[in-house]
Amino acid sequence: MSMSQMWVALCTIVVKEVRRFTRIWAQTLLPPAITMALYFVVFGNLIGPRIGQMEGYNYMEFIVPGLIMMSVITNSYANVVSSFFGMKFQRSIEELLVSPVPNWIVLIGYVAGGVARGLAVGFIVTLLSLGFTDLQVHNIAITASMVLLTAIVFSLGGFINAVYATKFDDISIVPTFVLTPLTYLGGVFYSISLLPEFWQLVSKVNPILYMVNAFRYGILGVSDVNIMVSYAMVVVFIVLLFSFALRLLNQGKGIRA
Amino acid sequence: MTYALKINNLSKVYANGFEALKGIDLTVEQGDFYALLGPNGAGKSTTLGIVSSLVNKTSGDISVFGFDLDSDLEQAKMCLGVVPQEINFNQFEKVKDILVTQGGYYGIPASEAEVTADLYLKKLGLWDKRDQPSRELSGGMKRRLMIARALIHHPKLLILDEPTAGVDIELRRSMWQFLREINEQGTTIILTTHYLEEAEALCRNIGIIDKGKILTDTTMNALLGQLHVETFILALDRDLAKAPLLDGFECIVNEQGELEVDVEQVQNINELFKAVDKAGLLVKTVRAKSNRLEELFLSLVETHDTESGAKGVEA
Repeated sequence: MSMSQMWVALCTIVVKEVRRFTRIWAQTLLPPAITMALYFVVFGNLIGPRIGQMEGYNYMEFIVPGLIMMSVITNSYANVVSSFFGMKFQRSIEELLVSPVPNWIVLIGYVAGGVARGLAVGFIVTLLSLGFTDLQVHNIAITASMVLLTAIVFSLGGFINAVYATKFDDISIVPTFVLTPLTYLGGVFYSISLLPEFWQLVSKVNPILYMVNAFRYGILGVSDVNIMVSYAMVVVFIVLLFSFALRLLNQGKGIRA
Repeated sequence: MTYALKINNLSKVYANGFEALKGIDLTVEQGDFYALLGPNGAGKSTTLGIVSSLVNKTSGDISVFGFDLDSDLEQAKMCLGVVPQEINFNQFEKVKDILVTQGGYYGIPASEAEVTADLYLKKLGLWDKRDQPSRELSGGMKRRLMIARALIHHPKLLILDEPTAGVDIELRRSMWQFLREINEQGTTIILTTHYLEEAEALCRNIGIIDKGKILTDTTMNALLGQLHVETFILALDRDLAKAPLLDGFECIVNEQGELEVDVEQVQNINELFKAVDKAGLLVKTVRAKSNRLEELFLSLVETHDTESGAKGVEA
């Protein structure tokens, strides 16, 4: 395929993916908006004032970046895992397999779809948060780059999960038993400086902690970790996950007999 | 000569150890309308699946219009349109979106793909359904949608894996007409079907595969020429208890009391009627016992089963 043909193919996949999650907006865009609004009301407005300051900010201000990042992580992952597995389940993946689209374009297309949903939900949650607090962005470049890179990491994760999944149960195991605990323990609701030293060390094994804190640094200017370590970590994750996902596609794992 | 499809020594062993293809060779000429027939599990869909990149081969070489599937995969795929056996489009997408999206996978911009999509939606009687979700289509419409989708990038080789399965006879005939038209316009077509009448009506060349081996690869006329005997069923004005003597013909009485007569290629129906008349019998209706190709097909497959020592025939 020529470069222009590959560009058309990539745009086709991305448009298809965006059309999918906007068509079913009541399942994809609305639920995280409602969930996060409840977090803002319950944790920020009702419980937050009793907690007081955290890292020099009131509790609502402190949790907003974490909640935005949490919605980006879960939605970028969920979009790719459900869309790609859905294609496998309906066998419409064969439309792509018989076509000349290179596997790396397929992968980028699906990841872009996941990033689009992650960012769309992140944007909605950000708008909602403005109803509860004044959001001042400390560093727009760090904020934007970290949310984008994180969405890419979890879109790739969702893709790999979908490749291995053979039934619908398989696409909910990782989000339920891995992503949710890691996100809740990843500094969304608290600063790890509140923890005993041992649990601080344990928390630092959690990669989501680095992403949430780098994003919080972009908005508030405070972080529990060195944000350069966060950038290095997400870039390494992207390279490793992209290579692995592409290898699976080239092998036809889970999609070719 | 560049073939539309050339397969050399193609083998496939599935992960469970089942040997679906045992080193088959096959060539399909450009512009041909080729039938690949075989019983269930013979290896037809595996062969076409490998050609379509839906199944990984174990060994062997395949080229499509001279493009090797190992070294020139993208160019080979550009030449191919595939209509699979099972419905495999997104049931939630709108009919026209499915076609335009498929065009996009081949690098065709949406504005251009829409023109081709409109053309085939009209030709295949789907125009009124273009904005409906595909799940709302009838079975026959879904099959036509898959044909339109396979043609969206104007492929030089169209692979049809049982395209008329479960389609009523009227619709089947209209699909035959459509396929004839695109073949006449230069598209090479490879067809698998369980309707042998369909293969006989449409195809010029034929391959018969069984248990992963090609039993015959020849022209339809040459294959039908191998048919030495055809059986006709004669319904008489009365039921017969035992077979009468007919000069020059072997016959039996079937369970319905009708007469089944074998007519050899060197004989003719006039001679049969003379013999029947001479025996004092009155014929009310006459029909062929089975489709000519069906008889040959069964004969070839059964012979192969006997030779390979198979116990049962899955037909």
